[in-house]
Amino acid sequence: MINRTHVHCSVNGDEVDFLASDNTSLLDALRDELGLTGVKEGCGTGDCGACSITVYGALNCACLMFAPEAEGREIGTVEGIAQGDHLHPLQETFLEGAALQCGICTPGFLVAAKVLLDENPSPTETEIRYALAGNLCRCTGYDKIIHAVQEAAVQLNGAKS
Amino acid sequence: MRYAAPTTVDEAVGLLAADADARVFAGATDLIPQIRSGRPEPSVLVDLKRIDRLVGLGESGGTWTVGAATPTSKLTADAAFTGAFPGLSEASGLIGSDQIQNRSSWGGNLCNASPAADSVPALVANAVRAVVAGSNGERTVPVEEIVTGPGQTSLADDEFVVEFAVDTPPANTADAYLRLIPRTEMDIAVVGAAVRLTMDGDTCTAATVALGAVAPTVVRVPAAEAALVGSTLDDATLEAVAAAASAACNPIDDKRGTIEYRRQVAGVLAKRAATIAAERANA
Amino acid sequence: MTATENPPTKYKYVGTRPVRHDGLEKVTGKARFAADLDLTGQLRGAIVRSPHAHARIVSIDTSAAEAMPGVKSVVTGADFPAIDPADPAHDEAVNNIARDEALYVGHAVAAVAATTMDEARAAAAAVEVEYEVLPAVLSIDEAIADGAPIANSTNRTLFTGDTEPSNIASVGPFQRGDVEAGFAAADVIVERTFTTKAVHQGYIEPHACVADVGQDGKATIWASSQGHFAVRSKTAKILGWGTDKIKVTPAEIGGGFGGKTTIYLEPIAVRLSQKAGRPVKIVMTREEVLSATGPAPASKIHVKMGATNDGELTTIQGTLHYSNGSAKGYAALTGAMSIASYKFPNLDLMAIGTVDNTPKSAAYRAPSAPQAAFAIETLIDEVADQLEMDPIDLRLKNAVVEGDPTAMGAPHPKIGFIETLEAIKNSEHYNSPVPEGAGRGFGTGFWFNIGEQSSATVNLNEDGTATVITGSPDIGGSRASMALMAAEELGLDVHRITPIVADTESVGFTDITEGSRATFATGMAVVNACRDLIEQMKDRAAVMRGVAADQVAWIDGAAIIEGPPSEGADPVSIAEITAAAKMTGGPLTATASLNAAGAGPSFAAHLADVRVDEETGQVEILRYTAAQDAGTAIHPSYVEGQMQGGSAQGIGWALNEEYVFSADGVMQNAGFLDYRMPVASDLPMIETIIVEVPNPSHPYGVRGVGETGIVPPIGTLANAIADQTGVRMADLPMSPPKVLKALNER
Repeated sequence: MINRTHVHCSVNGDEVDFLASDNTSLLDALRDELGLTGVKEGCGTGDCGACSITVYGALNCACLMFAPEAEGREIGTVEGIAQGDHLHPLQETFLEGAALQCGICTPGFLVAAKVLLDENPSPTETEIRYALAGNLCRCTGYDKIIHAVQEAAVQLNGAKS
Repeated sequence: MRYAAPTTVDEAVGLLAADADARVFAGATDLIPQIRSGRPEPSVLVDLKRIDRLVGLGESGGTWTVGAATPTSKLTADAAFTGAFPGLSEASGLIGSDQIQNRSSWGGNLCNASPAADSVPALVANAVRAVVAGSNGERTVPVEEIVTGPGQTSLADDEFVVEFAVDTPPANTADAYLRLIPRTEMDIAVVGAAVRLTMDGDTCTAATVALGAVAPTVVRVPAAEAALVGSTLDDATLEAVAAAASAACNPIDDKRGTIEYRRQVAGVLAKRAATIAAERANA
Repeated sequence: MTATENPPTKYKYVGTRPVRHDGLEKVTGKARFAADLDLTGQLRGAIVRSPHAHARIVSIDTSAAEAMPGVKSVVTGADFPAIDPADPAHDEAVNNIARDEALYVGHAVAAVAATTMDEARAAAAAVEVEYEVLPAVLSIDEAIADGAPIANSTNRTLFTGDTEPSNIASVGPFQRGDVEAGFAAADVIVERTFTTKAVHQGYIEPHACVADVGQDGKATIWASSQGHFAVRSKTAKILGWGTDKIKVTPAEIGGGFGGKTTIYLEPIAVRLSQKAGRPVKIVMTREEVLSATGPAPASKIHVKMGATNDGELTTIQGTLHYSNGSAKGYAALTGAMSIASYKFPNLDLMAIGTVDNTPKSAAYRAPSAPQAAFAIETLIDEVADQLEMDPIDLRLKNAVVEGDPTAMGAPHPKIGFIETLEAIKNSEHYNSPVPEGAGRGFGTGFWFNIGEQSSATVNLNEDGTATVITGSPDIGGSRASMALMAAEELGLDVHRITPIVADTESVGFTDITEGSRATFATGMAVVNACRDLIEQMKDRAAVMRGVAADQVAWIDGAAIIEGPPSEGADPVSIAEITAAAKMTGGPLTATASLNAAGAGPSFAAHLADVRVDEETGQVEILRYTAAQDAGTAIHPSYVEGQMQGGSAQGIGWALNEEYVFSADGVMQNAGFLDYRMPVASDLPMIETIIVEVPNPSHPYGVRGVGETGIVPPIGTLANAIADQTGVRMADLPMSPPKVLKALNER
């Protein structure tokens, strides 16, 4: 028998609770118990970044966390990036710059890119590429994604000054 | 199967002692893929990350203490740590993507006992010590005594590594770690080389050379160390270092590299890492 | 340089870069892919797979599995009708679930549905299958060896009428001219054998579907697929049902690249659902995707090429072996057919497809062309070296133009190969010096593209907005292109047009999104529907103004009345017409269907600068430029995206991707850790140059662009490596251990 744990945590700023088997990944719990299907499974082994989330603002793969580990923690997913009906500049530059084709990797990239820009507001192209190396995209060849991140950085820095 | 999150070392030891199939974890970055590929699930998943001592990082009296479950991102972000141990920091920072870096730890990287673990050659080159806790109390051992073979450690069922200790290096000492991977990121090391040197001007006065992914466990290369000590790292010395590194390998053919490739590249990386360590030591 | 500035366009909407209509959902995580759908009461499915590369299935005992907690249904091959091996549907049906022969490690042999995933997996593990292990064939060489065991007992060689079991899938000769005379007269002859491994399309979204069979015996399926009408017809055929009993809704698709033009899960999910009386959801794991779905074929290609001293490529002779995996296909034929870029008056190609006990190969962008181009572009480069000719000039001298024959003999229509070559020759990249110590390589590619059947419906809403309904799953942004073409035709702002991809009951039959056909063929259907609507609107405007129908013209999105009595009257806008629709005849809607002819081939030319670390064999790409003829770029951002994505896939294929099998045929690298696709730090920016030589057969000159981009990179990188190091790599991937070995032997 697999034990089930009642987990209480904060997701995208909301206090939530759910029940999950102890061997369930946080990825499956977010999707199946909380309906946050924006977090995707591409591999389940931490090699593709499609399940990227934040834990206290730090980038993680939800597939490599057991659901009970979320207890008491602050989790962020793609669903929490927009503020009400205001898109984050990254979401806008991804759309305007056609930085997505099929869109399956996009949630993971947005989470990872936002963490990058929160920590490093003016990254070089190389820094962006290495920061996003944990996110696989098969459609775009990364070019337009990198441009979108660079453009969002410009916008965010402009907004501050 | 159940999840447990002890908040003290004693609690964790108790969980391990009570059930032979209980298993500790930090980042689970190897554990979860292993379970997914068919390895039996532990009976108890003991999460070490709620124990403060296991996630600490600090220096006191000339010794750095690093929690066994401290995320490696914390190490690479620490300017003082990285300044003292640039190679150990860069090795720690190479364990996977940014996502993995917020989970990976020295304890996990060491005790998972993959021959290709990125932190281990640098841990060995810096004479890092592991503090092990168990039912019989705590003991301190050199890290190279922990791993006994691929996937195997010398730890008893009721033991786990609590923290690591490493002494601040003497002046004009620095280390470097290089690894060969087919892409630029996201790969397991095909070869890893860690070199730590102490320099007196142009002359090397102390050297440790450790190779990873080229044998069942990390190998020291005494012949390379001997060649370096007393040398100015001239071309002949570096060729000797490379040859010694290649000779010290006992690699396998696998989906990541061939025996010949690993031998040849071990020599190349040992040379290059030595050069970088020397430059850093004099910087 | 990326073409961020549009070349001046004669169109108002076509050629612009509006934000795609489905984009908002995708950046907020709301877009629904097949694995994101949950139906009340749904069960989860798990598949039992053969651990043997080749085995007779002696018996399957599902009794233990059926008794386990939560298990509601179980299926085996016996739950599906037998299909005659001579029927074209046979192989795909058997690939979905084995009958009496397991043909590769991972071949599905049974499936269970249970209330949770853990229960389904446990029950799958409890299904007892008795196998009689048979000798397995695991490579092209093993397949063609004398006395080789037969990999698939039902395989008969296509096009020969042979009735004996064989490991040869197909034999296809292509000939013109006189190769013997050609070689005799040649001044330069180059010859080499090239070998490549199987590679996977690598879509990030695993296959997934949800199937719900109602009490009335009708199945509703949500599927991740490149063609939901094909899902319907293939599922119907495999189950032995009528297509009226199956409705398929395309979920958003997370990448396909050809690998989702075939089906793996839907018949199993439907049958499990039918037996359980509840919906069934099946999602493949990444391990299943890599080890049990169809890769692009491994190949062994031997080519000999002859040229004269003045650079005429006169003669080509080759034997092209491609592995189809566990069942026959057209892998070798499309490879030979893709050799169509140079005049070669003397040509003799033999395309041989083989069968072996590895997963049944599937389409991957420009199927079989990249492998052939690796060979051709390398050898042409070697000729250029020997003649001391610029590699682009050599190709310009021999490039096909309209009227020149393809390998099959048919003449090329209007094409833009010369223009594409010149685009690179005139590029900033080409005219910049090669960086110190680096190598520069050039290569080209071709894909013929297809037309096939499409339908479209365009509805005008009461307020003058429009809905464009098609049946082409959007795998690269084609929805946006449909809206742009409709905007251009109707004269209606593209932001007032909603393009959707509808299910099989809501739009006319449409063939799979493959062969770079969506913008071309479905676009034509959209255009035709719009033109029909315009005629209707002109008639309505005539009624509204009380004039004869022939007095109405359609200009700039409005009806213009010409001649008395309304001369000088205001144009009648779409919104006015739609507001009055009820009074003038009823709702305004039009549907068009076609089997599109005149697909325009697309040529590409790539240039790469690399730096090889000669002590480790690692290859770093310093700079990469891709030029490609799009005919007309309807939405330039998405054309660039196709070029860049194809380039990245070709680069991965060239440098690191490969299936690694054990001696028992078990895939050793069925995960993204060791199946090494390019990550962001592996690539530079991919500069794109869109060439536009419009296709005269399409109203906007469209040529498909989705596939050609993957064809040049392998040859381009091989030539760049040779330029720096002098070493000619002839075996893929050109991974560091192999490059270093070649450098050691230099």
